[in-house]
Amino acid sequence: MTVEAEIVDTGSRAAPKKGRRLRAFLRNPTFVAGVAILGFFVFIALFADVLFSDDPMAMMSSPLVWPGEDMQFPLGTDQLGRDVLSMLAHGARASLLVGISSAAIGLAIGMVVGAAAGFFGGWVDTVSMRLVELFQTTPTFLLVIVIVSISAPSITTIVVAIGISSWPTVARLVRAQFRSLRESDFVMAARSLGYSRLRIIVQEILPNALPPVIVAASVMIANAILTEAGLSFLNMRDPNIVSWGGMIGDGREQLRNAWFLTALPGAAIAMAVLSLNLVGDGLNEILNPRNEP
Amino acid sequence: MRMGRRIATTLKRAAIHAGPTVLGIVVLDFFFLQLMPGDAADVMATEAGSASEETMAALRHQFGLDQPVLTQLMNFLNHLAHLDLGFSPRFNTSVLDLILERLPGTLLLMVTALGFALLIGIVLGSVMAAWAGKWPDRLLSIVVLLLYSMPGFWVGLMAIVLFSVKLNWLPNDGSETIGAHLTGFSFIADRLSHLVLPALALASFFVAVYARLVRTSMLEVQRQDFMRTAHAKGLNPFLVQLRHALRNALIPVTTVAGMHLGNLLGGAVVVETLFGWPGMGRLALEAVLARDFSVLLGVLLLSSLLVIVANVAIDLLHAWLDPRIGEA
Repeated sequence: MTVEAEIVDTGSRAAPKKGRRLRAFLRNPTFVAGVAILGFFVFIALFADVLFSDDPMAMMSSPLVWPGEDMQFPLGTDQLGRDVLSMLAHGARASLLVGISSAAIGLAIGMVVGAAAGFFGGWVDTVSMRLVELFQTTPTFLLVIVIVSISAPSITTIVVAIGISSWPTVARLVRAQFRSLRESDFVMAARSLGYSRLRIIVQEILPNALPPVIVAASVMIANAILTEAGLSFLNMRDPNIVSWGGMIGDGREQLRNAWFLTALPGAAIAMAVLSLNLVGDGLNEILNPRNEP
Repeated sequence: MRMGRRIATTLKRAAIHAGPTVLGIVVLDFFFLQLMPGDAADVMATEAGSASEETMAALRHQFGLDQPVLTQLMNFLNHLAHLDLGFSPRFNTSVLDLILERLPGTLLLMVTALGFALLIGIVLGSVMAAWAGKWPDRLLSIVVLLLYSMPGFWVGLMAIVLFSVKLNWLPNDGSETIGAHLTGFSFIADRLSHLVLPALALASFFVAVYARLVRTSMLEVQRQDFMRTAHAKGLNPFLVQLRHALRNALIPVTTVAGMHLGNLLGGAVVVETLFGWPGMGRLALEAVLARDFSVLLGVLLLSSLLVIVANVAIDLLHAWLDPRIGEA
């Protein structure tokens, strides 16, 4: 099976292989559904200012208008008379921004540590893995709270805090990949050609170690969105930015008479996270076909 | 006899492994405390309302805050060795007493949530595996994926709307009815009714994790030789699934449960705050609001230790579930 696949791989040109890959992506319903929902949220986040040009923090109408009561505000207004639909759209921007940037920080740290640990082994590996274990033992959410409270909560500190506390998973994954790849034939070939270590790590091993990291990345963005929602709900948030978690926190006061203020942003979080999980599951099936029973 | 040796080996290995981690956590904790804005003297001065430069300096000298960082670290370690986590000016007791007072609440909530998550997760996962690829599997997969994506505290809020506000079945605040002075059965019933909603909110995400895991490992176990042997012996198919398949499928579940204990404690911060549950997590948030960082870091330290202890317990459980572990 593997030998055959290798022959096909080396024998075929890049173009038809790419076509096959693309078709595999399109044939996977999980992946397509995930990308469709995620695409919707990205579109809303990018064009929130155009679609809803008024300030989402501004008072637009009488407070606590229920969804469907006034067609000017299809999803109603909150206790300060702000347009819920506009706030949801602008909240998409905050959630995706925090999710993507903190996952990027976590991926960067995790890939550097994991690559070093897996490639060099020895004491580098021991120290890195001890550090990973340390971070995995401390409860992540508490760690994020501690880091955010070192400085005032702003979107930057929240992103950095979530990034710092999310790298160990990636480090483990990349380390495992590097350990299995560093003795492989193409790395031997690169060594014998006298390539520098950095070049071997970055150009030879890293591209081959990426598939599981890509899957992990979508899950990391999803987790970061959930963490940010929890923080905002606890009022550890940037006061100048509308966020879904913050909307839930504000809406909680009105739970008895206007529960839609809590339900709607929560549903938005669930859908965004769901789309990322679907993309992750789909990618996993496509990139590691042998894992599926 | 062999059981005893296995447990001894597992314990020894755990002690060797956990020692450096504990030390690392303590040092990390100390440096976070150094990074926090203001020190104990600032907190005391704010509490008192005013303080001159001289009293501040005296306070700093008294707490040893004017000494080099390394000396302070040694002092910190020395205090910790005597189980002294410092004094909280805000709550006016020692930090350790404060946390230990809240620990049982958190433990009760966590154990109940973990129990719910394991029970529901294993049932859902087994049902999904038994009907793999058919409609019960597909339907439950969607439910599980939704649970996996919803923030736990939002599940809790929606449960409050349904069960407390609309149906008026369950209470949504605190851990007991205040001033009721209940005894016997009604006391326990009152406590349990307060526990249900927060435990379910905390469990929701983990139900999804365990259901997916049980489904995968149940399907994997079916292909093993001992399963074929058990079927060939003519055992009742249901008993085969229960005694042979599930027992083996549970090993990865317990491993993952150990890895998730930290997340469970983190989730408890939000859920405890939401339901007014008197636990460590809510204490952490109260400490943030009061800017009382020794309490916050004490909570971080003790919950990390809790994770380590729980992981040792899980290693022991493994030694019992799988006779091959701990032999070597």
